[in-house]
Amino acid sequence: MALTQAELVEIFRKLVLIREFDLLAVELRTAKRIYGAVHPYVGEEAVAVGVCAALRPTDRITSTHRGHGHCIAKGADVNRMMAELFGRVDGYCKGKGGSMHIADFGIGILGANGIVAGGMPIACGAALAAQLEDAGGVTACFFGDGATGEGEFHETLNIASLWKLPLLFVCENNRYGAGNAVESVRAQTDISLHAPAYGMPGVSVDGNDVLAVRDAASEAVERARRGDGPTLLHCKTFRMLFHAMRDAPQPDMRPTDVVAAWRGRDRDPVTRFEDHLTSRGIATAVEAQRIRDAVKRDLEAAVAFAEASPYPDPHDLLVDMFAE
Amino acid sequence: MREITFAQALEEALIEEMERDERVITMATQRAPALENKFGDKRVRFTPISEAAFTGIGLGAAGSGFRPVVHWGMVTFSFVAMDQIVNQASKIRYMFGGQADFPVTYRCSTGGGMQVAAQHSQSPYSMFMHLAGLKILLPSMPADAKGLLKSAIRDNNPVVFFECSRLASTTGPVPDGEHTVPIGVADVKRAGRDVTIVGLAYYVREALAVADTLTTEGISVEVLDPRTLVPMDAAAIRASVRKTGRLVVVDEAPATCSAASEIVALVTEDPETFRALRAPVQRVCAAPVPVPFSPPLEQAALPDRARITAAVRRVLEDARRPDPLAR
Ligand SMILES: Cc1ncc(C[n+]2csc(CCOP(=O)(O)OP(=O)(O)O)c2C)c(N)n1
Ligand SMILES: [Mg+2]
Repeated sequence: MALTQAELVEIFRKLVLIREFDLLAVELRTAKRIYGAVHPYVGEEAVAVGVCAALRPTDRITSTHRGHGHCIAKGADVNRMMAELFGRVDGYCKGKGGSMHIADFGIGILGANGIVAGGMPIACGAALAAQLEDAGGVTACFFGDGATGEGEFHETLNIASLWKLPLLFVCENNRYGAGNAVESVRAQTDISLHAPAYGMPGVSVDGNDVLAVRDAASEAVERARRGDGPTLLHCKTFRMLFHAMRDAPQPDMRPTDVVAAWRGRDRDPVTRFEDHLTSRGIATAVEAQRIRDAVKRDLEAAVAFAEASPYPDPHDLLVDMFAE
Repeated sequence: MREITFAQALEEALIEEMERDERVITMATQRAPALENKFGDKRVRFTPISEAAFTGIGLGAAGSGFRPVVHWGMVTFSFVAMDQIVNQASKIRYMFGGQADFPVTYRCSTGGGMQVAAQHSQSPYSMFMHLAGLKILLPSMPADAKGLLKSAIRDNNPVVFFECSRLASTTGPVPDGEHTVPIGVADVKRAGRDVTIVGLAYYVREALAVADTLTTEGISVEVLDPRTLVPMDAAAIRASVRKTGRLVVVDEAPATCSAASEIVALVTEDPETFRALRAPVQRVCAAPVPVPFSPPLEQAALPDRARITAAVRRVLEDARRPDPLAR
């Protein structure tokens, strides 16, 4: 289905919001205003935004350690995300989760996950629930190239295909798992080729082209809604920044010329889509700048919201352990 | 009251809960033809041997509105699903600030004495108790098995339900129809004056047998079954020990960092109960070895009535010590 102008502009806004959110998170962490670990999604925004553009609000996702982008793409509130990074009580998890554990079950975000491949079985369970509910719901499961080394990846691909679950496996192949190049740890570097072994389609797509991702995801989602089972969507992308930071970024061992090439305006998923919009007259450069400015204001407001929120009360330490 | 086996009691509980609530679904690597016929293969799911996957599938489906009952087979096989148990199930509610409930029950058989050697004779409940975030159940009697499994399925949290292998064919009275046992409530299986034996699973029955024998010597033994290990009914255990002044804990897990250790700690760290103790407490647990295969070796590794009796006598030897509460 062709996207409307408003939908295209919203896609651009989401790309920019994710980009700016994570650049800001890095800045805030460097300034020690937020805590813990930050895994920036910078450079991979088109995967989350393209996939979530193919989903309904009631569909579900599971996310990863590099999860801010997935949450924003699915519609999470940046105020509550930011408050979580600040460890405040108005954060999504009341300050109990932090960057690696943002969730919003109300809009189908079943959680970021600090364990490589850890979310995959949970996504499979959500897809099983959708299949039993029989209301056409699907689940998108985001994971990195590193997750393909885990048993949970292989187990869930098999079961999802065997049970024809309405599931979209979204592999974000950014060519590295932490410091290790895919070819140094994978016998089969074309990750889409795992799909035929489990009897499902494997589709490789340019993960920095948001519309290509959205089209491929839409096809997979339709297939899932029809009851024909899962698809492995192999999104080829690149992380523009370091793997992770705590007090300082981890050293980036990747070849500098490769990193520079992926940062080019024609490859960067945000500028690339901006140029797509402006060259086709869908939006002007001025409109694009206005969106960028609005996003920055929204994020300033998110930081203000977070800082105005109190820290959790230590008396509440034991709250939320068990449901009634 | 009618008598049925422990295994039948569990089967009844599951069927009744599936009839009661269509959101209850099951997953196991073994087919259950009777259950499949009754409820259909959509709800009674037979899974590949992929414990990590179906442990997490249960969790994900629970977070999406269903009430899965996942059977690992033996607890042994849960160890390949440790990520889903330790990193996901036990933490998912708290870590996300309590936004969702995860009503999933993980069932597994446990325990030794079946001559199936080290890997298939494990009693690792304390590993799960340690995690914080899982409720842990370990019934000893058919009626408790039925009532607790029903409560587990209705509970809105991840519950690990241990089913002692040696108890599967034991029988006992079980009420017809609706019968639940509250989670977190211990049960005094036999009241007594002189010694409290806290037994777990199979060793509740063994403790009762020892108590019977010792009455002929005029020794009055109270046998208490915690039934739930998390949350542990510390109040009931302490009350019993304050009454008798002596405690023996019997379990077939090795003693190090065990449920038995936890029970002893709960007793001794409570000032009033500590002051009521008239003798050092005793743990009768498995030897710290992987459970061996050959029957004489296996018997040597696991607690038995002789060792329970000896422990009771040891705590009674201090009987000459004056009753501290009688001062
Ligand atoms: C099971 C497990 N092993 C190791 C880690 C440590 N770790 C965190 S992120 C990461 C790299 C993951 O690579 P990939 O899946 O490609 O995702 P990316 O970071 O590239 O987005 C590793 C090894 C972990 N979190 N979980
Ligand atoms: Mg990677």
